[in-house]
Amino acid sequence: MTVAVSILPEQQLAALNAAYRKAVARRRLQVTGGLALFIVALIVAAVGAEVNLRTFFTYFGNFISYFDRIFTLDSGQRVWTDFREWFWGLHKWLKLLGETLLISYVGTLSGAVLAFALNFFAAENTSPAPWLRFTVRRLLEFARTVPGIVFALIFVIAFGLGPMAGVLAIAIHSTGALGKLFSEIVENADMKPVEGIRSTGASWIACMRFAILPQVSAGYASYTLLRFEINVREASVMGFVGAGGIGQELIVAIRKFYYSDVSAILVTIIVTVFLIDITTGWVRGRLFGKEARN
Amino acid sequence: MSKLQDVNTAELRARYPDVFNRPASARLATPAMLVAALAIFVFGLVDLDFSPSRFVSGLSQLGWISMMMIPPDPGSSLPLYLKALGETLSIALLGTTLAALMALPISLFAARNIVPGIVRFPVRRFLDSIRGVDTLIWALVWINVVGLGPFAGVLAIAVSDFGAFGKLFSEAIEGADQKQVEGIRASGGSALHEIRFGLMPQVLPVIAGQVLYFIESNTRSATIIGIVGAGGIGLQLAEQIRVLEWQKVSFLILMILVAVAAIDFISGKLRFAIIGRRAVA
Repeated sequence: MTVAVSILPEQQLAALNAAYRKAVARRRLQVTGGLALFIVALIVAAVGAEVNLRTFFTYFGNFISYFDRIFTLDSGQRVWTDFREWFWGLHKWLKLLGETLLISYVGTLSGAVLAFALNFFAAENTSPAPWLRFTVRRLLEFARTVPGIVFALIFVIAFGLGPMAGVLAIAIHSTGALGKLFSEIVENADMKPVEGIRSTGASWIACMRFAILPQVSAGYASYTLLRFEINVREASVMGFVGAGGIGQELIVAIRKFYYSDVSAILVTIIVTVFLIDITTGWVRGRLFGKEARN
Repeated sequence: MSKLQDVNTAELRARYPDVFNRPASARLATPAMLVAALAIFVFGLVDLDFSPSRFVSGLSQLGWISMMMIPPDPGSSLPLYLKALGETLSIALLGTTLAALMALPISLFAARNIVPGIVRFPVRRFLDSIRGVDTLIWALVWINVVGLGPFAGVLAIAVSDFGAFGKLFSEAIEGADQKQVEGIRASGGSALHEIRFGLMPQVLPVIAGQVLYFIESNTRSATIIGIVGAGGIGLQLAEQIRVLEWQKVSFLILMILVAVAAIDFISGKLRFAIIGRRAVA
């Protein structure tokens, strides 16, 4: 059986082929150009960051052996042969870990409350005045862009060493991050209920309370839980600058080369972070259905 | 004019029992949760040594510090700070690229549609543990290995992003359309051909978008790893805070803000150029 394949006339085919080759060639040129630019940027960056491959390869063995060492007890045995010896400070560490969790909890909640108070002013559709929106947005941007640990460094000087500085740093950073997310939810809210309520003569606050809030509260809670997860990680390093929590203990262990302590503290942190992630994921699933989990 | 009708509330109550007679457990759930949340909050405040007097004195101290910050002034160290900022940007760019290069092959082993569960599970848990450790901790570890300086920062960012990228890339691969892969297989392609011609064209734009987004967010991370000694502008910032040179501190913070805004702008443009106007999650 023969199959009829339609073949275009020679000239037309040649013209089409030429057009195709030109398009492909242009695309290739773009990609190669982009790649070349990127590689140049990488080389400049490598010089700027004092990348030294010789140091890297000389000391890379140290990286592997570092892990070997942190999983070895003082007695020379592997850590998992003697859990009691490995986790000798578990009681103390759990207490500090509890402090870390409390820091992130209190910080997240205060941040969420502040963000809640500010977000209606930052959202395009509900802000009472443009100048107010502009100011609040810049404020949130500032709180979000300056890293939490920089705030912690400054707060440690203002409020003294201790968890209070950590809580305030996390609260401010969370206000910035959540304020933006919250105001985005508000911007996506349906405005018809607002019109309905305004037509009854309600004030701005009543409009927010009865028209916007019922639409957005689930999203707020979901983002706040997500932020709590992130903040637990953040709070675990606040101790590096003296702002409370398990970080203090960890940095001492790393700096003083208490190898098995490093791995023990890291394992407790990782397990806690896992548990928190799973729990908040479960809570979000329960509260807001499957689609709100990610 | 129509007159308002008298509403027979008793009948309404009878008709909508769900609305008017909610069980006590449903009515109490929300207040109970709020009270519990508040109770933990108050316990936290007490346990973490919050006191009004400390708070107020701290605030006045903070006010004084803010006054000292104005006007921002780099003194004579502007060239030094510019170099440090360049270092920070280099750390972000190199660290992210390195992480993406390492994560690409590994992410194939964490994707459901490429490998069986028995391979996927340990790879995923491995990536999770890497992500569970903060960038600052990785920076401390690398300082122990390659010494103080920006190189340790590059490696710290590379390792911690490797965990994040592995997860994100594998999700992008799982989300890819299988029909094109089947097409390659039907025409006699090997497993590698399937990945190269079936998966990669679908996945690469998504990955490129994510990498650009991470370069952006790593500019922020790179500013802080200097605090533990891994180079960049964070090192200068931490030093100036410790010696209470507030004018220099505010200048450095302004520099970071401007740099982050500039990178945001550039990578936003690039992202749209690469993947079109689709939003990147």
